[in-house]
Formats: sequence, structure tokens, C-alpha cells
Amino acid sequence: METDHIVIRHARIIDPSRQLDRVGDLLMGRGEIIAAGRLGPDRIPDGCRVIDATGLILSPGFIDLHCHLREPGFEYKETIAAGSKAGAKGGFTTLCAMPNTDPPIDNAAVVEYIRQRAREDSLIRILPIGCVTKGRKGHELAEMEELASAGVVAFSDDGDPVYDANLMRLALVYSLDLGLPISNHCQDKSLSCNGVMAEGPVATHLGLDGIPAAAEEAMIARDIALAESTGGRLHVAHLSTAGSVPLLREAKERGLSVTAEVCPHHLTITDQWALGRKGEFATAAGDLAYDTSTKVYPPLRSQRDVETLIAALADGVIDCVATDHAPHDLTSKQVTYQDAAFGISVLETALGSMLQLVHSNKLSLGAMVDRLTTGPAKVLGESYSDLASLQPGTPADVVLFDPDEEWTVDTSEFESKGRNTPLEGTKLKGRVVGTFASGNLVYQSPALKFNDTFVKSDR
Amino acid sequence: MSLSRTIETPEIGGALVPEPTPRKHVLDLDDFSREEIVEVLDSTRSMKEVLGRDIKKVPALRGKVVVTLFYEASTRTRVSFEEAGKVLSADVINMSASGSSTEKGESLLNTGLTIQAMGVDTIVIRHPHSGAPHLLAQHLNKVSVINAGDGLHAHPTQALLDLYTVQDKLGSLEGLKILIVGDVLHSRVARSNIWGFAKMGAKVVLSGPATLMPPDLMRSSGNLARSPFASLVEVETDLDKAIEDADVVMALRLQQERQHAGFLPSLREYIRRWQVTDTRMERAKPGAMVMHPGPMNEGIEISNSLAHGGNSVIEEQVTNGVAVRMALLYQLTIGPGQGPDG
Repeated sequence: METDHIVIRHARIIDPSRQLDRVGDLLMGRGEIIAAGRLGPDRIPDGCRVIDATGLILSPGFIDLHCHLREPGFEYKETIAAGSKAGAKGGFTTLCAMPNTDPPIDNAAVVEYIRQRAREDSLIRILPIGCVTKGRKGHELAEMEELASAGVVAFSDDGDPVYDANLMRLALVYSLDLGLPISNHCQDKSLSCNGVMAEGPVATHLGLDGIPAAAEEAMIARDIALAESTGGRLHVAHLSTAGSVPLLREAKERGLSVTAEVCPHHLTITDQWALGRKGEFATAAGDLAYDTSTKVYPPLRSQRDVETLIAALADGVIDCVATDHAPHDLTSKQVTYQDAAFGISVLETALGSMLQLVHSNKLSLGAMVDRLTTGPAKVLGESYSDLASLQPGTPADVVLFDPDEEWTVDTSEFESKGRNTPLEGTKLKGRVVGTFASGNLVYQSPALKFNDTFVKSDR
Repeated sequence: MSLSRTIETPEIGGALVPEPTPRKHVLDLDDFSREEIVEVLDSTRSMKEVLGRDIKKVPALRGKVVVTLFYEASTRTRVSFEEAGKVLSADVINMSASGSSTEKGESLLNTGLTIQAMGVDTIVIRHPHSGAPHLLAQHLNKVSVINAGDGLHAHPTQALLDLYTVQDKLGSLEGLKILIVGDVLHSRVARSNIWGFAKMGAKVVLSGPATLMPPDLMRSSGNLARSPFASLVEVETDLDKAIEDADVVMALRLQQERQHAGFLPSLREYIRRWQVTDTRMERAKPGAMVMHPGPMNEGIEISNSLAHGGNSVIEEQVTNGVAVRMALLYQLTIGPGQGPDG
């Protein structure tokens, strides 16, 4: 009898790490995957708990390379405990926590604090990202080897770009023997100035300072040149403009070690949403305008940018989807657009947003799963490939989702402390049914039911 | 004398205009219909008559409370709202950011909620951030909000007084060529005037340095979709061309800090290329009107002689400003289509 084993039956199993896409069963026990595929009754041990997943999709748990868990320092916005619950509800089993905390993650003690909090409070795997520079101030390199030894998986001064070109060059060189990527928030601040939304017709109408696309593209072009001259590993965080795509494509064609991520919101909604009508066209701004939940960095852009980014994600020029989950307290958003904090709470809507692209035939389901699993795992490097695989012996990080369940976003039901999303009240199609992290059921929707335990006579 | 008789039901094309939906807020002119603008302009005429009386006081808004909440310096707009409220017998309370709880860190929203809780009927707000009036309108359900200028976004009462001033002089706005010159990018007056004049059938032309035009208006193609303004205006950076046959020339205030921010090489070059002068006005229609929303930098965006010359209506703009604000306060509080003597 294997009463701690769980078998998920009749699911459509998608495992991009093995090019697997078929209906079958998945058996897990003792925190690991035991078998995945069409399992005969002989391979399912007696006493094992059974989930009938007919009609559901099963894949490796999602990996988020970019989220803000706000701890330590901003626990009123989010905590590792709440963020991990939100992640589990969104189908994520691994979250990479950005270092713009207070204190920032620029030394081993803060890394250890986060790992300790994660051990005690988190349901899922939390991987810290360390700062590139001390205090994220952009003056001196952080002690990157100490951070790497303490367990960071990448370096970033996220929220602030590494602005000094020479310092960025040195960071790329210094991190060469550490084998970790540098994720840069690509923004030329001399071009973005005081901008609060994308430069364009909506910004002109609302009288808000615009951020030109060139603010992102100029920085990406610089970083690509630096990656080329150093051989360093560059990861472009949350790209948002159509013009960034050819820069990236060309860098990859030249064989540079450059990867990139894109956020669900930059793939699904536009700057038009700042008018407060959920993207509906409006010639008059009206009192719903200046919806601060749409204020995010990089800003929401035009439909043309959205379409170009989707195509680049589909053809693999963009490696992965990352949420840039940026939870905020209510007061940080109930102010003028100019004063509002940048950021959207994304973890719990990411899958529903991404499935919009699948339902509209712009992205295959297999590609979507890949960009949420193997895509980010590859950015982290070979040693993390087990996190995005259903190969026997790997950790049982698994998500089960219903691609067709329709639901309405209601932030009062969010696990995240951040209720800041422009999707509030909108309909999404596709939702997580269950999430397993190292074999533990860390999220269970009301739709998930265990059948009776398995006995051979069930066959 | 009762004024109600002097306010006529507006007629457009011979048909009676249906009773408009009562408006709660005045945030910008983008959500005004042409009919509603006509109604405000008609009502302004009646209000101007009140201002011409020996005793400038009517009881229309007796018992109503108007708060002016100004987070930015202002002379004409603030005094004009205060006068407008007082002539209509409203109790007008002036609040400014300095000396209020804002200095203790109270948020705009909480200040608004506090004022609402005191039973105020109308809040007139000026704020350096675009959309500040919208924040109040979204969260306060018992008061009317009037935008007295928000950031770079809108200044609807200024635009209405400009429309009134032009209509009063030239009779109709239909088909006129309105030229707006200067820093359009940072101008809430320009934005609201574009909506207003375009809705009334005038042709709006913008002129000024390309660096001070909204970027999406400067590109015919490229990666920016076109602005809603793009269909309403033409841009001609060469002022000597832009001014040809203009019926109205409006110079915008040039903030001197724009030069330090790099938008301009020098004031000298700006003056040479975009100052509205007597010589340039010769290319406009004979007798074309010269306007300025104030406060003026005489000798920079407009020459001294022109500012005070025979075709300048700059002082009338100020007088009309009081009447327009009376009309709006009245319509928001009492409802459209009635006279101030009740």
C-alpha cells in the first residue's frame, strides 16, 4: 500500500522538456514524479489517492523569473507567505524574488533571511535574485560571489536599471565565472524622464508625461553590445515594445548569450486601459479615466506592440513569460496617476491572461506551457532543468488546470495582499484546479476532487 | 426683472434640443456635446447681464456651498470662481494646499472626503497633476467636481470662456480658423480648447516648436497610433504659414523653465520664430482676434503692443470668465435651462 502516493488520471499531459503532449496519467510519491504517461493499472500502487483529471491539462508547475514579494521591508504590500499562496493559486511552483526590498538583497544575510522565511512561510520554492550593485545604487558591484554562494539565481537591480554603462560591462564580466545571468530593467532614464505611461495618443489626451519606446530600446541595444563584447549572460527583463524584438532577434542570430522575458499584461492589454473602461475605445476621458491600476513599468503600450510581442513569444525570440507581480497597498494606488506606484498584481491572473492568447489561436497551448516552464528554467541554467520537467525522479512540481473554465476576476478573493489589477471585474477563461509543490497539494480549487483510493479491482 | 425669459431653449437646425442629461461634473470638454456647449454659452450671456447690473447679486445659489481647492497658484481662475459663486449668493470657501492638512500629509482623496462630509455641494479643484479632479469624481458621490485646471490635461472653464469670447465677437464659431501658438505639449488650455473649438465646427491649427508639440501629432506614420486630437487639428510649425487667414490667434504662456529642460535653444530663438507680433498678424484675417489665457509673458510669446492693442480681447476673456463660471456653477447645482433669478 502506498497511501502517500497520488495518481492523476486521464489528464492531457504537456511536458515541453520531453516534447510530450498526450492524454495519460501521472504518478507521484515522496515528493517526486514516479511516472508519467499511459500507466497501466499494474503500475499504480494500491492505496494510492486518485484524481480524475479528464478534460484538464497537466504540466510542470510554472516558474516565475520575476516577482516582487516585498519582504523584507514592505510587508504591508506583500509577504512571502501571501505571495507564495498567490503563486500556488496561479499554478506557480517556483518564484524568483526580486531584490528591491528594504534592505535590498545585496548581501548573504538578507539572502539567508529570505530563505529562512521561505522555509517557514512558503508553500512553494522561492529563489532569491541578488542585487548587481550595493544597495541597488548603481555605484559599486555587490559582492556577487557571496550572493551566488548564498543561493541567488540571478542578479538584478530591478526597478532601477544599471545605468552606468561601464558598471554594467563590469558586472557582465565579473559574473562570467559565477554562471548566473544579469537581468536588467531596460530603461534609459534620460528618455523616460518623468513619464508615467506610454508615449502616444492616450498620454496626449490625458495630459500625462509619456515614456517613449526608445527609452527601452536604447538600453537594450546598449546591453546587447555589452553582452557581445564581454561574452556575459544578459537577460532582458519585461520587454514591452515592438522595437525591442528585432534587437533581440538579431542578437540571438549572432549567437549571443541573451534571453528575454515578457509579462502577461504586455501581451494582452494596452495603454487604452488607462481610460478606465477595460480597453473599450472612448473619445471622452470621463470620470473613470486615470485608472491607476494600469500604471506599470514598463508601461502598457499600443495594440501593435502587443501583437509584435505575442508573435515574438510564439516564435521563441522571447524565451519566457514572467509576471513582474508587483503588489501594492491601496493607498499607493488611490492617488493621482502621477503619484501612483508602478505595478500590477499578476500571479493569480497570469494563466487566464496567457490562455486568452491560446483561445484566440495566437499561441499554441504547448508553446504557452513551454514559456511558463522550460523557457524560464533555461534562463536559470542547466541545474534548474529539473524544475520544469515531469521526468521520473524530478521534484513533483505539477499544475493541473482547466483551460476552459470561465471566471470573473474578483480581487477580494486574491491570496496576494496586492489587489492592484486593471483586470478586476473582467472575465478570463482558464483557471488552475490544483498545484503540487514537491508532491504537496499547495492549492486546490473547489473543482478538484479526490476519488476513492485506488485498488487494482478498479480497473 | 426675471432673467428666465432671456434664456431661450437652444434650437439647432430648427429642432428643439431634448432636455440634456443633468451633468454632475465638469472635468473636460471632451464629454460635452455641441448642444451642451451651446447651452452653457447661452446661459453665460444671461450671467454676463447680471454682472453688468449695479447690484451684482442674485439669490440663485443661496444656501449652497462651493469650496475652491487650489493646489497651485492662481489669480484669475480662483478669484473668478469666487466672484461667480458670490454673485450667485453661494457660500464660497477658499482652501489652498498651504496652510491646510495637506501640509500634514493628508492625501488628496482624504481631503476631498473630508470636504464632502461637511456637506459641500461643489468642489472646484486646481491641481498640478493631470486627473486629480477625476480622482475626486470617482470617489466622492455627493459633490459636483469642477476642474479648474489639472496638470497638463484640461482647463474646461478657460476653454468655455474662450469659446464665449470668440462667439460674442464674431457671432458664430462654425468654420473659423483658430490658431493656437506655443507650448501645446504642456498646455491644458490648448487641450481643452481643441475639444471645444472642434466640437463647435471651427478649424484648429497648432503652431510652435516641434519639441513642444505632442509627439503623436508630429508623426504622420511610425509606431505611434494617432491621437484623438489628430483628427481635430492641423500642425504647422512655421508660424508665418500657420497664421495665414486665421480668425483668432491664441498665444500660450511659455514657461521659462522649458529652455533649461532643453525644449528650446533660447528664448531669443523662440521669440524670433513664434512670438505673435503685429507684423505676423498682418497675414491673419483683417481684424483677427488676439487671445491669451494669461498670465502673459509680454515680449516673449506675445509682443507688448499686440497684447494691449485694439484686437486684443485678453481683458474681455477675464470678464467672460466670471460669467462662464457662474453659468457652470448654476447648471451643476440647479440644473440646466433655468435662469439665475430662479
